[in-house]
Amino acid sequence: MAKKKRPIVEREEVVVKFVGDSGDGMQLTGSMFSDVAAIVGNDLATFPDFPAEIRAPQNTVAGVSGFQVHMGSSKIFTTGDLVDVLVAMNPASLRSNLKWAKKGATILTDTDAYDDKTIEKAGYKTNPFSDNSLESFNLVKAPMTTLTKASLKELGVDSKTAERSKNMFALGMLFYIFNRDLKPSFKYFEEKFKKKPELVEINKIVLQAGYNYAETIEALESVIQVSAAPMEKGRYRNITGNVATAWGLLAAAEKSGRPLFLGSYPITPATEILMELAKHKSLGAKVFQAEDEIAGICSAIGASYTGSLACTTTSGPGLSLKSEAIGLAVITELPLVIVNVQRGGPSTGLPTKSEQSDLYQALFGRNGECPVIVIAASTSENCFYYAYETAKLSMEHMTPAILLTDGYLGFGSTLFRIPRMADMPAITPPIAEANDPDYKPYRRNPETFVRQWAIPGTEGLRHRVGGLEKENITGTVSTDPMNHQIMTDFRAKKVEKVADFIPDQGIEGNPEGELLVVSWGGTYGAVHSAVSQMQKEGKSVSHAHFHYIMPLPKNTEKVLKSFKKIVVCELNSGQFVNYLRMKYPIPNISQFNKVQGLPFMINELTDKFNQLLEEK
Amino acid sequence: MDFINMTVERTNVQLSKADFESDQMVKWCPGCGGHAILAAVERVFPKIGYRKENFCMVSGIGCSSRFPYYVNTYGIHGIHGRAAAISTGVKIANPRLSVWTITGDGDSLAIGGNHFIHVIRRNVDLNILLFNNQIYGLTKGQFSPTTPMGKVTKTSPMGTIEHPFNIGELVMGAQGTFFARVPDNNIALMTECMFEAAKHDGTSVTEIMENCIIFADKAHAPVTGKDVKDENMLILKNGAPMVFGKNNEKGLILKDTMLEVVEIGKNGITIEDILVHDQYNQDPGIQLMLAKLAPPHFPMVFGVIRSAMYPTYDDLVEEQIKYAKETSKIRNVDDLLNSGDTWEI
Repeated sequence: MAKKKRPIVEREEVVVKFVGDSGDGMQLTGSMFSDVAAIVGNDLATFPDFPAEIRAPQNTVAGVSGFQVHMGSSKIFTTGDLVDVLVAMNPASLRSNLKWAKKGATILTDTDAYDDKTIEKAGYKTNPFSDNSLESFNLVKAPMTTLTKASLKELGVDSKTAERSKNMFALGMLFYIFNRDLKPSFKYFEEKFKKKPELVEINKIVLQAGYNYAETIEALESVIQVSAAPMEKGRYRNITGNVATAWGLLAAAEKSGRPLFLGSYPITPATEILMELAKHKSLGAKVFQAEDEIAGICSAIGASYTGSLACTTTSGPGLSLKSEAIGLAVITELPLVIVNVQRGGPSTGLPTKSEQSDLYQALFGRNGECPVIVIAASTSENCFYYAYETAKLSMEHMTPAILLTDGYLGFGSTLFRIPRMADMPAITPPIAEANDPDYKPYRRNPETFVRQWAIPGTEGLRHRVGGLEKENITGTVSTDPMNHQIMTDFRAKKVEKVADFIPDQGIEGNPEGELLVVSWGGTYGAVHSAVSQMQKEGKSVSHAHFHYIMPLPKNTEKVLKSFKKIVVCELNSGQFVNYLRMKYPIPNISQFNKVQGLPFMINELTDKFNQLLEEK
Repeated sequence: MDFINMTVERTNVQLSKADFESDQMVKWCPGCGGHAILAAVERVFPKIGYRKENFCMVSGIGCSSRFPYYVNTYGIHGIHGRAAAISTGVKIANPRLSVWTITGDGDSLAIGGNHFIHVIRRNVDLNILLFNNQIYGLTKGQFSPTTPMGKVTKTSPMGTIEHPFNIGELVMGAQGTFFARVPDNNIALMTECMFEAAKHDGTSVTEIMENCIIFADKAHAPVTGKDVKDENMLILKNGAPMVFGKNNEKGLILKDTMLEVVEIGKNGITIEDILVHDQYNQDPGIQLMLAKLAPPHFPMVFGVIRSAMYPTYDDLVEEQIKYAKETSKIRNVDDLLNSGDTWEI
């Protein structure tokens, strides 16, 4: 495509971030850029970074919306710490994102967006172009708005529409810098604006204009090339964690033959699961948007009693509201999948930011002795598999199960190698047979302590369940002291027994040594990257990332005892580490925590690990 | 028998009371209105004609909510206030079940008020039996959202200072499609209204004026007591004039925009002038006025006050699914996984 031959700089990985006003179309620009990266075979991870408000005041830092793409020719584990290329559409987005730019990063910005007013609104005291604050970056200034309008002059497009397409100008410039083909984007316009051919034309012209402009000014001396990553053969797609979670639940419903029911209430950052499932009525999914969080879970309990794979999806504050009902599902021993897409707390907290601070709530946040299965996904893509696994274990063991994901996983996307349903593990819920003369509501499988699922409508199995303690086997209401002890013990043992059905805890690196880094949930990418960087340096560091939290894998204690030092890293004040301390009285467990609504940076992790290795 | 919803499977066997009797000891106080309600349910269920396995009873918390343990059907004894929400899940997930929600004035109108109005607004095909004894019984005598203003209870030693709900008004305010009111001392009327409720497609609310012999004894006696009931109770019949009194000598007319009590045969009033009840009228205007009537100036109205036809939530769910299945290209999860933008590596 390029007319002049530019030198090529091959990069193993590049982080690009698009930032602008909430209305500037940064999410779309970013996802179009990442789609093209995926087509050329890069591995990638993306993350949208937007304010809690829909349209915060224009040109202010509060109104900045962003989309980050981390792409590489090797496996990508995180959405990237620091940015190589920053596309900033106005002063506010530049000011608020400069701290994430690497030294020497390329910054593309629209000079038309800078005037005294917008500069002041962004909180700058002086014009950033003239105060040396951008000296250490490769600044590419372009009058994007003017040029966009100029490119559309012949079409006679009104100024407002023209201005709105400036994001495509920026994208065109970026495609030049990365030497990307424009055809896939043209095709995208043709499909998206099928009914509005004028918009196809406008977007094509502006994208091409941006590309040509970057070429003319020789925006960058060299082409940044990110080659295809060595990926396992197969069919791929891009997927966000929330969509993957929704699809995992649909897959579990299909595999088990149990119809899917979702009772849910909109809450950031979990709403996309509800919206996604609402689209799939053709797969029989029954999606009930309830009047509140409590009705969401209670309707799911009703659906579970009738034999559905019943789910409810929420975030931290919603999980609090559901606590009493989770207790009802525990005592009635009904399957129920509760997805908590964690966000910063307490209370309303940081709705659009990520945290791992609901672990205690998932494990302990209910009245009475009330154990449930707790599982955590670790990548956007594996939300599919862990949602499936949570549903499988919940149904097969007749107990509620909580799946913990978080805002980063939910909103973020990774590439997803599409599985075949035929390859997914079987799901076999213990459904009671009609007219079974031996059926009793609380008769249990002697090995797993699991009771049977007797579905209303079935002949010969009429029975009642409820929140009052029930007599062992018969299920009649009982306040007998010894019976309560027996039933409490059964409920606990049943969940503990799940440990026999989950894989052993794995270790990345040597199975013994100096330092074991422990993590769980959405921090996998950052912790993995930090540990593998240190392993390459020859340091004695291994990594154990937990997906199964309750019960823990059976070899957990052995894994922990094989290292001289242990550090547990989490985005909370130390909830998993204290859980491990409670379960296994091992003296040398230390912790590394961060509660800023931000993910771990690889550098801060390696600093901590090196410091621990040096301590005697 | 009248037409009954065909979604729920019917039985060919004639069922009897014994088919629904549970082996559990009924632990309500002697003299509690619950006993009569239980008798009415056991009488009406076999008449409805559904398979006995297709009944599902769901309750919340409180004296009323022990009910599912006392009837041999499928059942869930839920948590406080949530019976309507649990029932909604049962019915949406399996529309072939006949779902009966058992609740009380505290359970449905205080802690469960939100679910109560929303289930009604959606018109989910459930039958709500609301035991209104105007008191919290199981916690021993605190005022409820239906306790008359000024009433002295354990938590209102100087009398309550809040306005009670009129359940019929609340139901119609929430766009309810069915409302009936019955006293607990008239099993025949209770049975009749429960059967009407079962026939109705959509959320039916049957308010049962129940006596709590311990904490609010005779709370309803000023209306339903033997000595006053002829004067203070008007039992509606669809298509019949709204008359009451010992010899049906009194009736209701609409004067200007208000209801008025008149005596038939006086001032030129004949039976022809009396309002005729239309429970099926979609416009709740007169029905709402009827629901609000109370002594001393009016009788309280009983029987089926409103029973209007509207699509049910659960039917619409099924319809959308059917349409989606007929028209969507995504027929299984493999289709879904491979839909949209995908590429081969």
